[in-house]
Amino acid sequence: MENRLLVSPSPHLKSPENIKSIMIDVLVALFPAAIAAIIFFRHHALLTMLICTVAAMLTEAIILRSKNIFGDGSAAVTGLLLAMTLPPAPPWWLCVIGAVLAIVVGKQVFGGIGNNIFNPALVGRAVLLVSWTGHMTGWLAPVDLTSTATPLASPSAASLADLFFGAVGGSLGETSVLALLLGAAWLFYRGHINWRIPGGYLLVVFVMGAFLSGGDNSSMVNGLFHVMTGGVVLAAFFMATDMVTSPVTPKGQLIFGLGCGLVTMLVRLYGNYPEGVTFAILLMNALTPLLDNLTLPRKYGEVAKS
Amino acid sequence: MSLRTFKGGVHPGHYKSATEKKAVVVAKPPAVAVIPLSQHIGAPCDPLVAAGDAVKMGQKIGDSKSFVSVPVHASVSGKVVKIGKCNSPLGGSVDAVFIENDFQDTWHESVKPNPDWEKMSADELRKIIREAGIAGMGGAAFPTHVKLSPPPERKIDYVLINGAECEPYLTADHRAMLERTEDLLRGVRLVMKILGVKKAVIGIEDNKPDAIEAVKKAAGAESGIEVRALHTKYPQGAEKQLIKVITGREVPSGGLPADVGCIVQNVGTCIAIADAVQKGVPLLERIVTITGSAIKEPQNMLVRIGTPVTDLIEQCGGFTSNLRKLILGGPMMGIAQPGANNLPVIKGTSGILCLADSEVAEDEIRPCIRCAQCVEVCPVSIMPLFISSAVEQGLYDRAEKFNAMDCIECGSCSYICPAKRPLAQWIKMAKDEIAAKRRAAAEKS
Repeated sequence: MENRLLVSPSPHLKSPENIKSIMIDVLVALFPAAIAAIIFFRHHALLTMLICTVAAMLTEAIILRSKNIFGDGSAAVTGLLLAMTLPPAPPWWLCVIGAVLAIVVGKQVFGGIGNNIFNPALVGRAVLLVSWTGHMTGWLAPVDLTSTATPLASPSAASLADLFFGAVGGSLGETSVLALLLGAAWLFYRGHINWRIPGGYLLVVFVMGAFLSGGDNSSMVNGLFHVMTGGVVLAAFFMATDMVTSPVTPKGQLIFGLGCGLVTMLVRLYGNYPEGVTFAILLMNALTPLLDNLTLPRKYGEVAKS
Repeated sequence: MSLRTFKGGVHPGHYKSATEKKAVVVAKPPAVAVIPLSQHIGAPCDPLVAAGDAVKMGQKIGDSKSFVSVPVHASVSGKVVKIGKCNSPLGGSVDAVFIENDFQDTWHESVKPNPDWEKMSADELRKIIREAGIAGMGGAAFPTHVKLSPPPERKIDYVLINGAECEPYLTADHRAMLERTEDLLRGVRLVMKILGVKKAVIGIEDNKPDAIEAVKKAAGAESGIEVRALHTKYPQGAEKQLIKVITGREVPSGGLPADVGCIVQNVGTCIAIADAVQKGVPLLERIVTITGSAIKEPQNMLVRIGTPVTDLIEQCGGFTSNLRKLILGGPMMGIAQPGANNLPVIKGTSGILCLADSEVAEDEIRPCIRCAQCVEVCPVSIMPLFISSAVEQGLYDRAEKFNAMDCIECGSCSYICPAKRPLAQWIKMAKDEIAAKRRAAAEKS
């Protein structure tokens, strides 16, 4: 019996959570938004999400030479997140190119999971956005699927209630704030995200939207409008909070969130793009190592010696 | 009342139900007691006996001239068969005195009650504690008289008694608090007297309500001794965390509890002090929790120091067929043993943990995904993920920059890591390397 005893360093108890269980939790958290997308955009949404997710998983499995297609689940998360940032009915090849780019350029060239600097799904989206701008802005109205503009492009088209429940044009994952908040609640409950990044992000977007965007509406309405449009909610809870590419220190996380909000609003208010979420997060991703190093927490006992 | 707590920490399952309600059973004395000459941090003892000598129970059989060391005693009466090697629960093999038990339990002449123990001076008490071989019984087994001799320029105003027993599975301290409450309080008063301190706080986690109540009742309205319920969280029993929770003070980095006026003692140690001072009995036995799902009948046992682990396993009905890991100590900081043979219980052995296959996770080590859980749970707020990646690359200077030397080795980071990275082990490696480098630099200058 003795020769089969395991000798390993303490601790001998481990938490049941692992990378795969975290990734599954994220997929579960995206489920309400996926359902909402299917309700609003029907088979278009379903197809887009399926193609992106499967393409991402296959690409990762090929690169890792793994027979386990699902693996640790991180590729599925990347694929589904990418789909959430796409318009409702992009051509199938656009989905595939986006997913392959996300996995290859966004993640594996850096050494795979844990080593990438930029959010892989947003890398995929960014390339698609600058390469096929037309396809990437082919918005459909929900349910009746006629061609439409997004609320950011024509603000008068949507009420705040429409934005909250999702009856507006836009990417698959940006329409229903309600569905996204349900998913975010799950991530909070499971302890995978904390308030710092989403809180900082949404606060800055609200404040800048309220006081700098002008227009006829009250600043309260303006602020909420900017929070609920253009994928800010999706970004704040699901993209900016990506563990690998955001800071690990508490202060760093807060600054990261505030920075994402700032850049998003600078692009929206003063830039050429109607939407700044993608580039805001990618820019802040690049600052993550710096933020970590500048915001190391005060260690226990770090006081002047008496 | 909301309980004050410390930063970070984890909540592993308690796993205490198998033994927490079981009264301590006296284990059979061993046929051959194996007393290691090195049982703690500090200088090993030299043997005072040789093969063939007759020894009596309580007789000093090993001692050292070093200050940071305590003697060892015969826990049985009989004959020394040999001075040889045994496996140490702390790892490796050490010299030990092997005593064949005559089962007479003949006490040595030096063991006699001190009728005037209440009138003894602090120095006399310290001497008794050292001569009785008392070392911290929470696990680290640091010589107790050293802890009770703080530098004279440090004013100590708090004695903290660690009854947290925050390690899952272990119930030895829990049972001691219930069954030896009066001796515990006597020991606490002695520690207070030695240090000239008016205030002692006994900290007990709130998953042991019966112990909190028993100690509170026994302490009664006695001024100076307070029993404090603590919000259950690992590593509550770590000195620095206990001090923070109870007093709100922080031990300065690289400093000692005495720097903030505190001395921490484990409940088992206090009971040993009471026995030594009042009855004159040196540290010959301790309570050990033998548990885990690979042992047939989990128990708390009063065990003579030097009892082979295999004897105790036998008295607990033996292993079930699926033993996978044998740990001496608790599951968070205990040491996994390669086998049970020639392995005795020593002063710091709080538990013998027999884990079955189902309780032992063997996970693949994955890349860090920067989830920041280790940063969140680290009770001393260092950066386990950065230290571990620095160590992987051999960059020990970088590990030092992220405060590797402040690690208290509680293992919370390894516990929580979803990538199953052995973070605590890597940090320990960094500490060893950095300490070696500092020693080398000190020798040069």
